Amino acid sequence: MQDLATLFVRAIFVENMPLTFFLGLCTFLALSRRLESAIGLGLAMIAVMGITVPLNQLIYTAVLAPGAWSWAGMPEIDLSYLNLIAFIGLIAGTVQMLEMLLERFAPSVHASLGVFLPLLTVQCAILGGSLFMVERRYDTPEALVFGLGSGVGFALAVAMLAAVRTRLAYADLPAGLRGLGITFLLAGMMSLGFASFSQMGAP
Amino acid sequence: MPPRPALLRTLKGPLVEGNPVTVQILGICSALAVTTSLDTAVTMAVSLTVVLVLSAAVVSLIRRHIPNAIRLIVQIVIVASMVIVIDQILQAWFFEISLRLSVFVGLITTNCIVLGRTESFARQNPPLPAMVDALGNGLGYSAVLIVIGAIRELFGAGTLFGLTVLPLAEEGGWFTPLNLMRLAPSAFFLLGGLVWALRSALPDQAEPPETLPPDVPEGR
Repeated sequence: MQDLATLFVRAIFVENMPLTFFLGLCTFLALSRRLESAIGLGLAMIAVMGITVPLNQLIYTAVLAPGAWSWAGMPEIDLSYLNLIAFIGLIAGTVQMLEMLLERFAPSVHASLGVFLPLLTVQCAILGGSLFMVERRYDTPEALVFGLGSGVGFALAVAMLAAVRTRLAYADLPAGLRGLGITFLLAGMMSLGFASFSQMGAP
Repeated sequence: MPPRPALLRTLKGPLVEGNPVTVQILGICSALAVTTSLDTAVTMAVSLTVVLVLSAAVVSLIRRHIPNAIRLIVQIVIVASMVIVIDQILQAWFFEISLRLSVFVGLITTNCIVLGRTESFARQNPPLPAMVDALGNGLGYSAVLIVIGAIRELFGAGTLFGLTVLPLAEEGGWFTPLNLMRLAPSAFFLLGGLVWALRSALPDQAEPPETLPPDVPEGR
């Protein structure tokens, strides 16, 4: 239990997806102009990562991992090189299904999240979460906690960046720095702040 | 067959003026993560260029047969297959570097440049221009990666490709390495600075201000 809580906090702050691993930066930068869209994107990220990382973990251990077919008498089969295709397929399917379910049962949520959902298929943070899960050999509860934590971390970072950027709309910046340039510098400073969380360390 | 100048323009366009990283804001994720040293940056740049050219060629070859409704899935599967091939090659012959790149080779699959170029260019053009366009974008991406990788390795460790350029103070030289360069924030700062420099050199790329100051005469 203690380990899971630590993993959750680590995934949010220390291993923050956009700010320390540079994952999902495309949407991170493109959708942080306004606070409302940033929060919508954050919620969608939490949902998709919380679902796909544990599901991919199940698929990986049941089908793809080396030796997963030993119950069928074929222990030498190693399908782990197929993980990219399997993961991206599952992510695309999950995103599509989430969109359809939301449209049917929660139209108001769908109306506010709708535009971001299809984008999430090609979000590096989501695929990255699944690949990290394989590399670090998480089991199912750990994968669930890691997925949720990374989603929350992403939501937090994108909401904070959007809040800063809305204030910045009235700043008088050099022409070359407007828009993309200053956003990179802001993200760098936020990343500097988040880097201090890694000093918190385990007791 | 379009005349040669058009091909040349397709190749040179994305190098600086339409650079995928600094202008189109595509593929930033991996551009920042792998640039702590020059050799990982070069490996990543070559892998991405190869994947980009090959998948543009394949998508462009079968562009008339892809049903419109499922084209994204088809394209992603093609890209993912290419990435798996590259990943296996790297693990077979460049195992050290592939360990340091960890998940980022796999993440070429979701690199926005690849999908962006297949979706916006290769899907409507014959194979040759599609491959040239892909090569141009790959080289533009590589240029950014190599510049940032070189700066970070030179000032973070005093080396280039692992060879000592600036002798370190602790080994009897004069250079004290900047530890910040090895950490995540410096990549953001450097890329922000690069964008600033590029947009100062080419002023027409600067974004318009979001709000204009009120038109009030000053000094009242």
